[in-house]
Amino acid sequence: MNIEQILDTFLRHSPALIVAIPLLGAFLTPLISKINEKARNAFVIITILATNFFIFLLASDVFAGNIHTYVFGARNISTPLVRILFEVDGLSAFMIIIAGILSLAAVIYSWSFMKENTGLDKFYTLMLLMTAGMLGMMLTGDMFNFFVFLEITSIASCALIAFWTNKGKAVEAGFKYITISAIGALFVLFAIALLYAQYDALNIAVLANNIQYTFLDKIALVVLIAALAMKAGIVPMHMWLPDAYGRAPASVTLLLVGATQASLYGVFRVCFTLYGKRLGTTIAGSIGEGISLYILLGTILVILAIVTILIGVMMALKQIDFKRMIAYAAVAEIGYMFLAVGAGLTTLGTAVSMNAIKGGIFHIINDALDVGLLFLVAGAIYYATKQTSLNNMGGLARNMKYTTVFFLIGLLAVSGMPPLNGFASKILIYESVYQVNPVLSIVAILCSILLLAVFIKVFHSAFLGPEQPDLKDVKEVPKSMLLAMGLIACIIVFFGLFPEMVVNNIVQPAANALASNMNYISQVTGVI
Amino acid sequence: MISIDTLLETFKTGSGLWNPLVWITGLAIAFLIAYILRGYGKKEYKEKTEQTKSFLSGNPEYEKEQMHIKGSNVYWGFMESLRWFYKIFNKMHTGLVTDYVLWFVIVMGILFLLIGVI
Repeated sequence: MNIEQILDTFLRHSPALIVAIPLLGAFLTPLISKINEKARNAFVIITILATNFFIFLLASDVFAGNIHTYVFGARNISTPLVRILFEVDGLSAFMIIIAGILSLAAVIYSWSFMKENTGLDKFYTLMLLMTAGMLGMMLTGDMFNFFVFLEITSIASCALIAFWTNKGKAVEAGFKYITISAIGALFVLFAIALLYAQYDALNIAVLANNIQYTFLDKIALVVLIAALAMKAGIVPMHMWLPDAYGRAPASVTLLLVGATQASLYGVFRVCFTLYGKRLGTTIAGSIGEGISLYILLGTILVILAIVTILIGVMMALKQIDFKRMIAYAAVAEIGYMFLAVGAGLTTLGTAVSMNAIKGGIFHIINDALDVGLLFLVAGAIYYATKQTSLNNMGGLARNMKYTTVFFLIGLLAVSGMPPLNGFASKILIYESVYQVNPVLSIVAILCSILLLAVFIKVFHSAFLGPEQPDLKDVKEVPKSMLLAMGLIACIIVFFGLFPEMVVNNIVQPAANALASNMNYISQVTGVI
Repeated sequence: MISIDTLLETFKTGSGLWNPLVWITGLAIAFLIAYILRGYGKKEYKEKTEQTKSFLSGNPEYEKEQMHIKGSNVYWGFMESLRWFYKIFNKMHTGLVTDYVLWFVIVMGILFLLIGVI
């Protein structure tokens, strides 16, 4: 076999390998840990690097215009049930890139950050399980399989949030997270049951092809949106998020950002792909008569988004705990994605719609990187000072120069300041949302300014000012933590400097996949 | 490989344009002009003399460590003027997981009314 044939074989099996490698790695980690710590760390990073290799191999082919399907079990449609299907279109490929980058940075960061902790074999096992769960959610083309991966992600996340069991608040946050996740997941399962009962299918494409928008379909739609929006942290169902993000170790929080976005992906997949064929359905009710479903759904998403942005940013402004503050900012950022996609739905079929969807999707990766970097900085400060309250910080820029630079990059990027990546995606959002309703755009811009104010507060109280007596011996964090932050910061700067290239090559295919579901449906109905 | 032309492309936003490299060039020129103008300034600054001490309306100067404005004091006025807002939203954030579930049920109910019934 020559190298091309090997790569071709790898490419063909990559949808399965992307999930299988971290899953297998997770179960092998406790065994490798028996050798020594270095072997375990090397094994985990090799596992993640291999996963990333397959992610980029698959994504590059998908972005070239090929949708990949991978069938586990029977390929013959006359053999029902004995089949799970992965389907990778532009949106899935886009999402797995995010999960890949975040998991790589999280593992590198954990080397030093978690060094003093015991039970690290379990920690890395859970990290790999969580990564496998996230990737599975993004790759699967099967509703029940989506639920299974959602559960894997939730259980692993819960254990990781409560990893610092010596801290009562972490255990409490873990309990809250699993309660919310279990309830959300059970409702998702209920919705899947409703769909399965009617259409005798679990495959997303088959369901999307057959969906009739009956009363049961409406209930399933409501339940799926509510449950996944709660997992994504939409206001007023966001309250678990500051607890979980605030108490988990920083590297876990980085992965949690990815897990939250996997749920966000679920909302988009449900609205645009599963119910995509019925978006043009005219509502025949008493009040909303004459309105199309896409306008109604879009309006709902826009309202939820504006409330999320406003409350997220206002609550962030009053926080004193650094990580809780970033968590509320992350809530606001999720609002921006919902705003863009909601605006895209209300104007479906127009040029404005495509721009809005592009802005929303571009913002998904930007948010993951920007908020992720800020969480890593918060972790670095905690590592160096053992403080999370801004009241106990000051003058850290004197001793933590690199961390300060990374914080500044994260600050400017998350607030949508030029020339970084947050600006490029937000300008797309502002412009397209303005054409839907100028007031929405004005609110979004004002909230972005407030977001800048939030992080200026952090910059002033933590990094600037005179050296504090208690923090005189603070030193810069170890190299592996700097490397993880540097990796994300470099991608942020790159995306900021070359937005057109990023949008054309990775955002546009994802936006096309979202805007048109027929390719997704026909690909599968041709395979099984 | 990505070509230089692809990298330098201007970002088209639908109705507008955005080129970060042009923006950075503009910013660099602005900094250069500011630096040149700074050169024309007075050169009477003397470090560690009376002229570099803070003037606090005649009040004595505290130790440097005590002069730092803590996180909870930043935007104090803003928070005070929006106390009514925070009163409502603090009440909403109870920290009880049962309330979190209640909000989920409320949102699901509203969505059901909007999508399922109306």
